[in-house]
Amino acid sequence: MAQVELKQVRKTYPNGAEAIFGVDMKIDDGELIVFVGPSGCGKSTLLRMVAGLESVTSGEILIGDRLINDVSPSERDVAMVFQNYALYPHMSVRGNMSYGLKNRKMPADEIERRIVDAAKMLKIDQFLDRQPNQLSGGQRQRVAMGRAIVRNPQVFLFDEPLSNLDAKLRVQMRIEIKRLQRRMNVTSIYVTHDQTEAMTLADRLAVINEGQVEQMGAPMELYSNPRTLFVASFIGAPQINLIPVSFDGTHLVNGDLKLAGFSDLPQGTELVLGVRPDVLRVDAGGQFGMNVDLVEQHGGENLIYGSLGGTTTDAGEPLEICLKAAQAMLPAIDDQLTLGFDPDTAFIFRKDTGERLK
Amino acid sequence: MDRTPISTHIILIIGAVFMTLPVWVAFATSTHAPETILREGLQFWPGGHFFETYNEVLFVEGGVMKKVTAMTMLKNSMILGIGFAIGKVIISMLAAYAIVYFRFRLGVPLFWIIFMTLLLPLEVRIIPSYEVVANMGLLDTHTGLIIPLIASATGTFFFRQFFKSVPDELLEAARLDGATAWGFFIDILVPLSKTMIAAILIIMFVVGWNQYLWPLIMTTQEDNYTLVIGIKQIYQVLNEGGELPQFQKAFALTILATLPPVLVVLIFQKWFVKGLVESEK
Amino acid sequence: MKRVQFEHSAVPYLFIAPQIIIIVIFFLWPAAQAIYQSFLLEDAFGLSSQFVWFRNYTDTIVSASWLQAAGFTIVFSTLVTFLSLAIALLLAVKANEVIRGASTYKTLLMWAYAIAPPVAGLMGNLMFNPLIGDLYQGMNALGFDFDHKLDPYDAGFVVVLISVWKQVSVNFIFFLSGLQGIPKGVQEAALMDCKSSFRRFWTITFPLLAPTTFFLMVINITYAFFETFGIIDTTTQGAPGGATTTLVFKVFQDGFRGADIGGSSAQSVVLMLMVLGLTVIQFRFIEKKVHY
Repeated sequence: MAQVELKQVRKTYPNGAEAIFGVDMKIDDGELIVFVGPSGCGKSTLLRMVAGLESVTSGEILIGDRLINDVSPSERDVAMVFQNYALYPHMSVRGNMSYGLKNRKMPADEIERRIVDAAKMLKIDQFLDRQPNQLSGGQRQRVAMGRAIVRNPQVFLFDEPLSNLDAKLRVQMRIEIKRLQRRMNVTSIYVTHDQTEAMTLADRLAVINEGQVEQMGAPMELYSNPRTLFVASFIGAPQINLIPVSFDGTHLVNGDLKLAGFSDLPQGTELVLGVRPDVLRVDAGGQFGMNVDLVEQHGGENLIYGSLGGTTTDAGEPLEICLKAAQAMLPAIDDQLTLGFDPDTAFIFRKDTGERLK
Repeated sequence: MDRTPISTHIILIIGAVFMTLPVWVAFATSTHAPETILREGLQFWPGGHFFETYNEVLFVEGGVMKKVTAMTMLKNSMILGIGFAIGKVIISMLAAYAIVYFRFRLGVPLFWIIFMTLLLPLEVRIIPSYEVVANMGLLDTHTGLIIPLIASATGTFFFRQFFKSVPDELLEAARLDGATAWGFFIDILVPLSKTMIAAILIIMFVVGWNQYLWPLIMTTQEDNYTLVIGIKQIYQVLNEGGELPQFQKAFALTILATLPPVLVVLIFQKWFVKGLVESEK
Repeated sequence: MKRVQFEHSAVPYLFIAPQIIIIVIFFLWPAAQAIYQSFLLEDAFGLSSQFVWFRNYTDTIVSASWLQAAGFTIVFSTLVTFLSLAIALLLAVKANEVIRGASTYKTLLMWAYAIAPPVAGLMGNLMFNPLIGDLYQGMNALGFDFDHKLDPYDAGFVVVLISVWKQVSVNFIFFLSGLQGIPKGVQEAALMDCKSSFRRFWTITFPLLAPTTFFLMVINITYAFFETFGIIDTTTQGAPGGATTTLVFKVFQDGFRGADIGGSSAQSVVLMLMVLGLTVIQFRFIEKKVHY
């Protein structure tokens, strides 16, 4: 177990493409950190740099106190769970789990003991002599984790390990990974593009965009206090409502829509108002109207989609807006609702830089 | 229910007869006495001389060649077929592994050197090749027969293609598991390639067995003839005429030269087709 | 290229060395020799030689026998390629349609792949043997006045027939696997869009088979150039009067029988250029295929 530290880590590919632009990060001992971001943002590259599968162009990566930039992957004392599991297809489950230990010349009885322990923990002990192609997706996933666990590493690395599973299994394995990590208390880095996975798993999460960490913090902190437009729009499902506006000194304005209750904002700059669907509420005395065009019933709650009265996008269409409402709230298509929200729960960003103003 | 039109079956049957009948006739004729063949021509049904003919061809010195028996030629053909197949698999797997899994300075030029073998079939460099082997004292040896044949690019390209289709993550996982370059090759890649190796072995056995021009110029002593070279010799004997032409023996020799590769192809048909189609991609 | 590779200085060289060493000794060096010798003229005893620039080439190319061989090779390759492809395509399409007995047909049509060209040559030769050959007698009975020992066209007919017979099975295997590679969905969509099976074949199936066909054309031309050596060597041996001599057969004849090293080498170099041309065409095409 150890802490992991990244200091001004950069990655430039031989062809000149830059992937990572100076990342600084400190991961505490036993912490589960999630790298989350859209595909191509560099989150996997960063993880693979920690694993030693990608070289570090500049900067330093430390595990514990050891600088590992030039240490070979097998000597970094890390274990990795791959997206497609990367099980050796011709080896039994036992063979897969023991291969790394054999390469380290570990005594056979110690190997067996570790395999049995890990297999029990993962409930795969009855499959030890099967081949990977005789296992279901979820079982393969467990074997991949078992292969990492037997190594007893200082750091676990997970590269989108659940994305090949179906939705139900994904939720189940997510919970299990979290439990295992709690129990074993091993520092872990987990990469995903799924913000729900990120929110539910992470002790802290790092939102990565275009090779940089946009914001790092506890899940709820990022949800309720995003530092940038990107973080606000990436975190939270359903996605935050974003309304392009300008400030006229007293009101936020978009077309005929005028929202009061805001002050101290720059005039003549394009702004974006962000309102989460769950802070919107139906309120006869509210500030704007909505024309319902779709209701999604999720069981416990309903998501109501519609157009925002009086507004237009650049394309000339009215703005789409989403509202999260209780089960009982079930409007018909084309119903008119009046909505309101507490201005303190809304975010305001500069459109050009994405910087949060309020 | 089979609703295939009858014309489809007719065309296929004609095709099958076209492909099969000559070999059947060759076999049937080989089991007749030479006098019968001279009198009646080709035979469509087996006759009573099967054991006589094949015994003489296979085991009796002077039965078919001046001295060497078909059994010896069969053995030589086996050595060529098997040696060629195994040699080819080994050197092309090793080379493909270097090309796909390593970044090294001469990687690209060396790849092109391997590629160039496609431009230089034996036929365009036949005399100098003969001279090289003669100067090395390798005429009439198995080494000289097999080694120059196994270096062409087909096998290397085949394994290169296959290795490229192996997921990158396997190498990454193996590296995290502490596998060395040789360890990854032996522990992971070779076992993973089992079916590919089998397919290539089958194809290459047939290709090796059927080699003609190279054994023809580099074997001078009868002892080293393969069956396919024996074919050429018996052709010359027939052409020169003289005594009563031994047509049944000539046919028997064609059957013996055909049987082993055909059996291999039939028994391993599935792997064979896979190997053939994939190796040419 | 793999995303991650080993980076070792010496290891890859060890792995690739066996093949490279063999190639240098038995491919590159002889090829260089062939090119070098193509510029030399040896005296009758092979004792001394002199550098003659392109004389071997000019002597070769304008010689009547080389031109005759080139002409025959072109006609021969065209016929063998076209006929064996056409027959194989017909059989593959039919074998792909058939449900009952499919695997039997498949086996019977592909097994001849395993037969060596010279073996096929000798078998064919015996079938056409004037003493016993039913084919020889049959042709004459049909009134063709057939004699492949004397008549160039009859001799050509024999080598083309045997060469086609030997090549049908390879083409059949590739066409069948190409046909089976056409997605079922596409075939079913075509079935709903087009009633005539003949039209369906030419508008849907055949265009989708184009990559296979093109690839096979190159393979077949190469076969007709090089591998048919074994067939010619066990049937006509280029006779009568060089009428069935292919370019490859001539290289062999002049080099080993005629001991004309310079002339034979010059012919070899010309053949190398032809192979180069074929390979370039093939790779042009493969590059294109990647785009689709």
